[in-house]
Amino acid sequence: MGLRRVAIVGAGITKFYRYAQETPKELAYEAAKMALDSCEMTLKDIDCVALGTAPDAFDGVHMNGEYLTDGAGAFQKPFMRHYVGGGTGVMSPIHGWFHVASGMFDTCLVIAEEKMSSAFPHPAGAFLTIFDHTTEQPLFPTLIWIFAIEMHRFMHRHGYTKEEIAQVAVKNKRNALDHPSAQLGAEITVKDVLDSEMMAYPVNRLDISPTSDGASAIILASENVARRVTEKPVWIDGIGYCLDTAYWCNRDLYYPDYVEVAARNAYEMAGIKEPSKEIHVAEPYDPFTYKELHHIEGLQLCKRGESVKMLLDGVTQRDGNLPCCPSGGLLGVGNPIAASGIMKIIEIFLQLREEAGARQVPGKPTCGLAQAWGDLMQVGTVVVMRS
Amino acid sequence: MLDAKAIEKTATKIGLKDIKQGKVLSSHDVPNLKYAWDNGVAIGRYLAELKKGKIIGKQCHGCKRVLVPPRLFCEICWKPTDEWTYVKDTGTILTCVVSHINWDASRVKKGQRYHTPAVIELDGAGRDQGILHLIDEIEPYDLKIGMKVKAVWKKPEERIGAITDIKYFKVVK
Repeated sequence: MGLRRVAIVGAGITKFYRYAQETPKELAYEAAKMALDSCEMTLKDIDCVALGTAPDAFDGVHMNGEYLTDGAGAFQKPFMRHYVGGGTGVMSPIHGWFHVASGMFDTCLVIAEEKMSSAFPHPAGAFLTIFDHTTEQPLFPTLIWIFAIEMHRFMHRHGYTKEEIAQVAVKNKRNALDHPSAQLGAEITVKDVLDSEMMAYPVNRLDISPTSDGASAIILASENVARRVTEKPVWIDGIGYCLDTAYWCNRDLYYPDYVEVAARNAYEMAGIKEPSKEIHVAEPYDPFTYKELHHIEGLQLCKRGESVKMLLDGVTQRDGNLPCCPSGGLLGVGNPIAASGIMKIIEIFLQLREEAGARQVPGKPTCGLAQAWGDLMQVGTVVVMRS
Repeated sequence: MLDAKAIEKTATKIGLKDIKQGKVLSSHDVPNLKYAWDNGVAIGRYLAELKKGKIIGKQCHGCKRVLVPPRLFCEICWKPTDEWTYVKDTGTILTCVVSHINWDASRVKKGQRYHTPAVIELDGAGRDQGILHLIDEIEPYDLKIGMKVKAVWKKPEERIGAITDIKYFKVVK
């Protein structure tokens, strides 16, 4: 195709908090600066900026992309914002990849930011307006309703129980104890999940990731630049993204077809034939406990209906055969929407460089994957990376 | 690579009380925006039929679906849809929820009924395809996937041509 290889060469991330005092711009600056420092580059070395941030309604700033440009280091540079709801953070490196792979630019600063705490009384209220204004909004739906709706269908079709699914929260919150940005790392039990406040059956409070403030960033470089600035580039070898219909009730929600399409596109590009064997470490999107399992199935990391067995057998633990969310995921590290997607990309970047410290998975992984999901049960974004 | 000490300095943890007590200063605003959404041709007809106490969809001969809510074109076959078709106001629960929270994340007050939204496959529409609506007249935790339901309509004089012209669906044997 005449496309160039693209590597991730640097990464930066802020602490995630429910309420951070810093403005969105200040958070964005911290993440961007840390990413540049990590590969000893300065803003002068950056040719263009790709920025991801989810609904403007959270920050309460219309044209949030433009507002964030100074914190994102984008003044006087080619700048583009992308947005696909919760899928935004993994669309970010895909967006940046196009800039560099095309040959237009040698370097790209990719940054994502979310400050959800600005919305009162709770950012959940901002989600009402994502539903169809005529056929759905008059019923006053919440985002948690549609997750509960999807989770119940997923459980019903496969015979999964709440006790089994709760193990995802136990695993991810424990993993997050080792993540320096984490908001909700904790040792919890299945009973803690089941005893936590019922939000919308079958979703308990501990089945849900928190609302968060935070930012994260990576530096992308073409091969010639990457070889110059680091001895350990991590290559973006496959990308995939797919959007399904917004008539979300008109699909059987038990299976995310759009994630499968995105994954298959990414695997084809990366030359992956057997993902469950060739992917060594994965960061599937886990805003809710069941979502990690739902996405593992969509990503073809197991057969449909077998993700719970994988979980209970310990396969997805950090020392298992296919560690999933070794970072601690959104459930443990936190969920500043777009920034949490790049958090997952950074985790795979570090795992493949064997720089994940206490979170490092064993066995010298050389191929990993990060995935996000978003909009109305609608978007899959997938990135396959190799060391 | 990630330096925990450096990350610790990137953001300052505050709490809701710091904002409420003015320990950290903040500015406040309530946007007051109003919109009038045109319902278009297909949804316009859907709403007009709801006002008459009927549910209408549109067939697609390509994928053999009856699309509810109706649309002028099929997003799968990417062609104009075919006949207008009434579907029944009875159906099956594909999936359902017992919600202890309201749309703004506030909690349902003690003594009030939990919300029970569901995706309902209407008789005469496509298999495994539904619409979002509410269920009532049943103990929330007695609700099960697969139950048969029927629409409970507002009185004709109270209908305005809205999805809420159906008050809710109730479980039937």
